[in-house]
Amino acid sequence: MTDLSTTYLGLNLKNPLVASASPLSKKLDKARKLEEAGISAIVMYSLFEEQILHETLELDHYLTRGTESFAEALTYLPDGGMYAVSPEKYLTQLTAMKKALSIPVIGSLNGVSKGGWTSYAKKIQDAGADALELNLYYLVADPNLKSEDVEAAQADLVAEVRAAISIPLAVKISPFVTALPNFAKRLVDAGANGLVLFNRFYQPDFDLDELDIVHNLDLSTSSDLRLPLRWISILYGKVNADFALTSGVHSGKDVIKSMMAGAKVAMTASNLLHRGEQAVGPILSELEEWMKEREYESIRQMQGSMSQKNVREPAAFERANYMKVLSSWRELP
Amino acid sequence: MKQPIIMIDGNEATASVAHRLSEVIAIYPITPSSGMGEFSDEWSAKGKKNLWGTTPLVIEMQSEGGAAGTVHGALQTGALTTTFTASQGLLLMIPNMYKIAGELTSTVFHVAARAIASHALSIYGDHQDVMAVRQTGWALLSSGSVQEAQDFAAIAQAATLKARVPFMHFFDGFRTSHEVTKIFQLTDEELRLMVDDDLVRAHRARGLTPENPTLRGTAQNPDVYFQMREASNNYYTATPAIVQEMMDKFAKVTGRHYNLFDYSGHPEAERVIVIMGSGGEVVEETVAYLAAKGEKVGVLRVRLYRPFSIEHFIKGLPQSVKSIAVLDRTKEPGANGEPMYLDIVNALMEGKRADIKVIGGRYGLSSKEFTPAMTKAVLDELSKPEPKNHFTLGINDDVSHTSLTVDTSFSLESEGMVSCVFFGLGSDGTVGANKNSIKIIGEETDNYAQGYFYYDSKKSGTVTMSHLRFGPKSIRAPYLIEANQANFVACHQYSFLERVDMLKYAKEGGIFLLNSLYGPDEVWDHLPQEVQKDIIAKKLKFHVINGYDVAEKTGMGGRMNTIMQTAFFAISGILPRDAAIAEIKHAIEKSYGKRGEAVVKQNFDAVDATVANLHEVKVPAKVTSKTTRRLPVPNEAPEFVRDVLGQIIDSDGDNIPVSAFPIDGTFPTGTTQWEKRNLALEIPVWNEDICIQCGKCVMVCPHAVIRHKVYDEKLLAGAPETFKHTASKFKEFSTGFAYTLQVAPEDCTGCTLCVEVCPVKDKTAVGRKAINMEPQPALREAEAKNWDFFMNIPDMDRKLFNPATIKNSQLLRPLFEFSGACAGCGETPYVKLVSQLFGDRAVIANATGCSSIYGGNLPTTPWAKNADGRGPAWSNSLFEDNAEFGLGMRLTIDKQKEYAVELLKSFESTVSTELVEAILNANQEDEAGIGAQRERVTELKNKLGKSSDSRAKDLISLADNLVKKSVWIIGGDGWAYDIGYGGLDHVLASGRNVNILVLDTEVYSNTGGQASKATPRAAVAKFAMSGKGLPKKDLGLIAMSYGYVYVARVAMGANDQQTLKALLEAEAYDGPSLVIAYSPCIAHGYDMSKSLEQTKLAVQSGHWPMYRYDPRLAEQGQNPLVIESKEPTIPVSQYAYNETRYKMLTQMDEDRAEMLMKEAQHDAKARWTLYQQMASMHYGNGNDNEEKKS
Repeated sequence: MTDLSTTYLGLNLKNPLVASASPLSKKLDKARKLEEAGISAIVMYSLFEEQILHETLELDHYLTRGTESFAEALTYLPDGGMYAVSPEKYLTQLTAMKKALSIPVIGSLNGVSKGGWTSYAKKIQDAGADALELNLYYLVADPNLKSEDVEAAQADLVAEVRAAISIPLAVKISPFVTALPNFAKRLVDAGANGLVLFNRFYQPDFDLDELDIVHNLDLSTSSDLRLPLRWISILYGKVNADFALTSGVHSGKDVIKSMMAGAKVAMTASNLLHRGEQAVGPILSELEEWMKEREYESIRQMQGSMSQKNVREPAAFERANYMKVLSSWRELP
Repeated sequence: MKQPIIMIDGNEATASVAHRLSEVIAIYPITPSSGMGEFSDEWSAKGKKNLWGTTPLVIEMQSEGGAAGTVHGALQTGALTTTFTASQGLLLMIPNMYKIAGELTSTVFHVAARAIASHALSIYGDHQDVMAVRQTGWALLSSGSVQEAQDFAAIAQAATLKARVPFMHFFDGFRTSHEVTKIFQLTDEELRLMVDDDLVRAHRARGLTPENPTLRGTAQNPDVYFQMREASNNYYTATPAIVQEMMDKFAKVTGRHYNLFDYSGHPEAERVIVIMGSGGEVVEETVAYLAAKGEKVGVLRVRLYRPFSIEHFIKGLPQSVKSIAVLDRTKEPGANGEPMYLDIVNALMEGKRADIKVIGGRYGLSSKEFTPAMTKAVLDELSKPEPKNHFTLGINDDVSHTSLTVDTSFSLESEGMVSCVFFGLGSDGTVGANKNSIKIIGEETDNYAQGYFYYDSKKSGTVTMSHLRFGPKSIRAPYLIEANQANFVACHQYSFLERVDMLKYAKEGGIFLLNSLYGPDEVWDHLPQEVQKDIIAKKLKFHVINGYDVAEKTGMGGRMNTIMQTAFFAISGILPRDAAIAEIKHAIEKSYGKRGEAVVKQNFDAVDATVANLHEVKVPAKVTSKTTRRLPVPNEAPEFVRDVLGQIIDSDGDNIPVSAFPIDGTFPTGTTQWEKRNLALEIPVWNEDICIQCGKCVMVCPHAVIRHKVYDEKLLAGAPETFKHTASKFKEFSTGFAYTLQVAPEDCTGCTLCVEVCPVKDKTAVGRKAINMEPQPALREAEAKNWDFFMNIPDMDRKLFNPATIKNSQLLRPLFEFSGACAGCGETPYVKLVSQLFGDRAVIANATGCSSIYGGNLPTTPWAKNADGRGPAWSNSLFEDNAEFGLGMRLTIDKQKEYAVELLKSFESTVSTELVEAILNANQEDEAGIGAQRERVTELKNKLGKSSDSRAKDLISLADNLVKKSVWIIGGDGWAYDIGYGGLDHVLASGRNVNILVLDTEVYSNTGGQASKATPRAAVAKFAMSGKGLPKKDLGLIAMSYGYVYVARVAMGANDQQTLKALLEAEAYDGPSLVIAYSPCIAHGYDMSKSLEQTKLAVQSGHWPMYRYDPRLAEQGQNPLVIESKEPTIPVSQYAYNETRYKMLTQMDEDRAEMLMKEAQHDAKARWTLYQQMASMHYGNGNDNEEKKS
């Protein structure tokens, strides 16, 4: 029998297919269906401190604006409720997920303030999360900000969160780092048990009719797999962490590639958002069939098998890789 | 039993008892009673139980008449039922009140007594409404303070259950309903002891039930009606004793003892004032002071006014009384005296005390101040051998000379009492902070405390005043802090220094706290002379804080509340500083905790940053300033504006004599132009090089402060240096014409809608447009001159262009300008457009609501005149009758035109057949035709002018009706969908040529955001706290069902051209027209500068489909319905969740929000499908389809 099990952040998982942070985890019934379909763990949608701050201050602003100005209308909206603008809503949902599911539930956090990162991390732990994923979603636009300062600050932050909680800690990073292996190592040295590659940024587009910026999120495709595949391959064995590959996981083969690069789990969201829990079965079947066909006994067997350190030509992942792609394009008929 | 002590206002205190003692509550919002309904709705929404452990059912009705009917029905079936109302609302309940009394039904209505609309509407307090129901057979119980309002609510309920006579419990609107003060709270246990459950069950048992069927509401005839009218007499006779019994019982339960008539003062008083309501508190305090000095004076406070017990009244008076002054807070023109005065005259006669001399007087109408000095003036008058009868207090009546002279230096500010006056801007949070402060003082110290808040007449951008008193003795001072009495004066907005006399309130040696842009070393020289003089003369301690800076740094924006509150506590020393800061933070947590940690933290930061920025100013010995306060209106303003309206603007309306006013409520229009409010920090600046002259900015401006003109370029001679202009791009006016887009810098509110709507983007930097916001101060002076120059350029002759395009329509002068509506108001652009298109020949009936307030609240009106002196004639009748009111106007015009035509024909030989024919056959379909008709009518008048024939004089007086008139009936959704719907329906059905504009904000905006039937599903509003569960009423669809009504649903922000077209068509249609206009409102809870974008989303989502239904098309065999928005392209949620009214439900109850949003989505889809089907139906002459087949 093919062994699909893996471990990630010390958690024993029945297979390597994990639902990455997405709105799917906002609904208990959806999460249950994912579990039934075979997903091995769920990363909760991100708790965005900035969003909480924004929603809180926005609500306060609009409940207050225009009040106590005119004798007939001292307020304009009723203000009687308790508002779920604090992290409580997230934490309640997390606890409910834990209660409803038997697979591990990983909390996800995107903070903005120093205090926010640690206090929310603790709250997520207390709410019952099996592990925490820190979502370092931060775009540097200030030309005076040096990469070394940004990296140092992020490593400090990881250390602080690590000190504040006892559950396993993964860090989701962006690919836009000059010396990614060094940065990855610093995060692990600071206490990260796992690294999630990569965060996808919303990329703005221009509307030429309106001369306006438009924002929309394109769901990932299998071609998006390439970037994390390369970097996990490079980092595997060099940085002592569990890797999770996210972006572009759409098929069983994508999962296999992820494993071979050295990931412990492959995370998928776009596919689930697009097709729901029905996407899970075919991926796992394809994975299992492929393994059977090739007589792989276990996932563990293949993990890292095609990482940079285990291939015949390690340089293929570096510059040579780039050359090869170009030449292959030229050779097209 | 320990009684909790709380700080509370009269509305909440009353509602807290009413809610606990009711099963059914039917409500309708009306100031100042709305708070009672809102609290009840909120408590029930949260599941708060009544005394018997079940949650009262609260329902909002379509009018007070509807609420009274519902209450009547609920009572008839045996529920403990109540309602809350005031003023016009109470008048609408009168028919049911007669019924409820005639059927001897136990109930209590709680009324925040308010003035009645007569020569003008007033939301403020007096007893005119109460006196209008004294004949209905209800017991009238009057409370005079917040404590009493709570207590009497309980006593009234206990008494009505036993007496079976219905009770109206009333207190003074605003003065008691809105005063925050310290009271002993009635506990559930105390209420239990007051209410007899057997009587409750007896009430229930009298309810109609098919188990034991009975019949009520018969019709009777001359033989028996009279007898039955007398059959319940004994119940009225018994009622006073029952009320006294309940008052005695209440005393046993709580220790607070009341009587039907409460006497206090000298035991051997010779001069006594009889009074009811909060004025009794003033008189009681004054009398106590004077009696202590040996004056034989007293007061008899009337508690139970109906049934009036002569026996108890006589017993209440000391034997020694020689003269009485009865003070009525009402006015009954033409009567021999006001009602209570006449009651007392009669009581003394029947009570065999005719030896006592009685005079009566009026005081306190519309919350006019009533003070100890006025009380003393009355008592002094009683000392005179021939005291003045039928006097007035508090006004200077120089017409009929009724007023008593008052020595304003007499005051009762007691020892140890601290009085504080705070001046804030509506939006800066001053009032909210002071409500918090007074709660802290009242609840956290041993002090008694009182807070009362005074608001300006504009919707926003105006001055608020907070009057706080506290001290070791009980505070019975239901009047504002008077001049020279305030220990502490705070100015929360620096700009007030140039226009408000704040320091007149300061006591010698008091404290002045200024929120200052300048530090302690620089501020002095920036103060106006008047302020410097007062600080020196009154030896004030002067403190400054740069609250703006603290607010900016701590993210508080324009909110000064927490900062100035902290500064107040830090300087005043009421509590030790650390304790004060701890209490402020505790209050912040209490107030804002439920809104999230971030809000609490932001306020904490502001508290912490305040103290370090607070400085005492070393006051120089001399006045050094070269500036003085600005005049309220410029000297060149017309005399009435300068001398009367200017004085009102200067907060000195109280001192204007009676003779200065119109006798019938008629006012000149075009007066907002003189009130330069100077509100905007930034104003739009025109880039003439890239402007395409589309006029969209002019169209969308809610305040008519940005305008464009095309004019002969020769008129540029003498233009100010900075006056901008460019070549005209209008095809009708090209060569030789210049174009200018000009902003009124001192009238702009800075709402930025003009910039948002500008379609031009600078090719080199797309963020810049053809108009861009820039700081106002540097532009103010030059642009004010440019504006004056611009306004003197003649408007383009409206006969020379077709107004059917946006840019052309905006060449028409707005005859609705500079209103006091909220910055960015979504209603006023429609109103302004109507004024431009038809204003010079329009008569407007305006329903009560926002539009009647920004349109007609003193001191000034935005309705204006053109250069010919023509403009909209405007009137507001009531809330409920506006459609009928406008129809009446139409009927007059039609009838008078008909009569004029009849007369005209008879003068054919006198004025020439040609002229008569031309007038009778005039085509007035366009401006040129209307202009030509005006000229003909002028010629007609000239020709008839010298005739002495009475019929010729009649024709002259009627001839203007031969020029086409436009009747507009304008109001909000509360009127059109709810209270005025019956009338609106009838007026539509009448077929008459009226134009109805519904400014649909989907909520009762003017009374503070209560749900109407226009409120959409899933939106939160007051009275729909858990999100409205049912869809918005489709008023347009109902109107279309007549087939002969022109109907349009428009949204200017989504399609301005469609709005313009609809208004032009509606007016041109010779029959009833209904235009329903999507009107963004601050009650929706989003940034109003984004309202255009948001309106587009409302349309794109299908929430607000746009269409025109023109019956003329059906006559031509075409489908009359033309849908002008596209099939929904986005989900309703994408539009809705930009607005707090929808979003807050997701934060309060996510599951319900999701469920309602799903249904709202279904509503949009179903509506769209229905309209599509209607629009695709085949119309034709007869049954076309059948004909084609054959």
